[in-house]
Amino acid sequence: MHEGVIAATGLVKRFGDLVAVGGIDFTVNPGEAFGFLGPNGAGKTSTMRMIGCVSPPTAGDLHLFGLDPRHDGRAIRARLGVVPQMDQLDNELTVAENLLIYARYFDIDRSEARARAADLLEFVQLRERSDSKVEPLSGGQKRRVSIARSLINDPDVLILDEPTTGLDPQARHVLWDRLYQLKEQGRTLVLTTHYMDEAEQLCDRLVVMDGGHIVAEGSPQSLITTYATREVLELRFGRGRNADHVADATAVGERVEELPDRLLVYTADGEGSLATLRNRNIVPDSALVRRSSLEDVFLRLTGRTLVD
Amino acid sequence: MATPAAVRIAERELLLYRRIWRENVIGAFVQPFLYLVGVGVGVGSLVDDGGGRAEILGDVSYFAFYATALLATTTMFNTSQEALWPTMDGFRWSNAFRGMIGTPLEPRDLATAFLLTFGGRALITSSGVACVLALFPSTRSLGLVGAVPAAVLCGLAFAMPIAAWTGSRDVDNTFPAILRFVVMPMFLFGGAFYPVEQLPRALETVAWFTPLWHAIELCRGLVLGGLDVGSALGHVGVLGLYIAAGWIACTIVFDRRLRP
Repeated sequence: MHEGVIAATGLVKRFGDLVAVGGIDFTVNPGEAFGFLGPNGAGKTSTMRMIGCVSPPTAGDLHLFGLDPRHDGRAIRARLGVVPQMDQLDNELTVAENLLIYARYFDIDRSEARARAADLLEFVQLRERSDSKVEPLSGGQKRRVSIARSLINDPDVLILDEPTTGLDPQARHVLWDRLYQLKEQGRTLVLTTHYMDEAEQLCDRLVVMDGGHIVAEGSPQSLITTYATREVLELRFGRGRNADHVADATAVGERVEELPDRLLVYTADGEGSLATLRNRNIVPDSALVRRSSLEDVFLRLTGRTLVD
Repeated sequence: MATPAAVRIAERELLLYRRIWRENVIGAFVQPFLYLVGVGVGVGSLVDDGGGRAEILGDVSYFAFYATALLATTTMFNTSQEALWPTMDGFRWSNAFRGMIGTPLEPRDLATAFLLTFGGRALITSSGVACVLALFPSTRSLGLVGAVPAAVLCGLAFAMPIAAWTGSRDVDNTFPAILRFVVMPMFLFGGAFYPVEQLPRALETVAWFTPLWHAIELCRGLVLGGLDVGSALGHVGVLGLYIAAGWIACTIVFDRRLRP
């Protein structure tokens, strides 16, 4: 029997010669917020489309609710809510009409659909826009319409593909707040993101993907503990001179990453390390101490920054 | 009681159509009326006065000959266009069809829904033409009632294969060519303006394979009489084949497109 709401083993997706997903294993538990973190082209969206039963796996085993998408796609999709990367709303229709039409795709009758649409628009704080067309709404508002739409069938699992990509910080926070509330309601969330802060805010557990493979798995905190130090000291010596100071930096930390514009010194005590450097008369143009984040985990695992 | 999936998809079209129905319905009357006056009356007066009409058209006036073809041709033009850009919107621009198949709906349901939505548009268009024809004594006939569904078959015989083509495209740059080099030639050579027997033998044979010729023969025969049951069934059969082939092509193409 398959455990978890979603269980995948050896999941592969190929398009011709291109291997989008190269054999991954993961399990999503009920009520969990599970994240796929990785850069563009890591295979996140292909994985999400397989989970959403709109892209058949090339190989491997995938089960949702104990059902196989190959035979039970309709039944599985009836229990999923999908927030796509690009909004797929009917711009010519009103906000409420978009929800009603979508409800009909699930064969929810019209009066029930109207009641649910009103509640959901309340939930995403767009009740007063329910009779306006979608077209003039802002990016953040459209995304909230998409979230309301994805909840119309009261799904057991909500799938969100880069839910806040392209939104301004204010709109992202509004969205995070709504998603956090869904999580508190006990809904299972599966999301992809290439934002580290998003993964840290929302995910109970996540996998880091790179080049179609899972390179690490765990809670945000455990990944940071395993693959980074508590703090990071960022040093800038000016372009071209950073490389000269790698040895100095290494002497005051556990590990150093050299980036084109700065050095990252991994250390338990950033201020302490900086003080030691200064005592040795090594004074950077600028220095910044911050908490380690998943960004550092990703850099450690792949040798690359996430957003280039 | 569960509503069939295709009907639930068609409900979306209905909601969208409510936004544009006035223009669409008015167009269904105005367009055939203009053609009728421009060609039917204008060219008709030349033809009917000239020699040779009787031996080619029998006792049918050119006006009536041409007017009855409009049932099929107007429907062909409207549904063909409907199957191009508005369909591309669902696949490429608004991505509405992609949103659809994230629900329990399948690409095959979308193909079936197209039978309803294109059929509905064809029904409105051909009814408009039939109303215009009913205004004129030479084309006022009970046969118009049968010609409307015949024109709907014509519309679907174009819309379904074209929708499959649209579903396979990434950009719309070939769409004008479909209208110019596929639809338009049929209009010119499919028997709307003169009987295809007037064409060179080779072209006449080609015309027999086009859905438009069968649709025109069917509509004309129903309104003006002189259609035997055997040929009527034959015409319906050919149109049915085009529709069926188009539906099958749609199911395959839509599945590849929407579920890669």
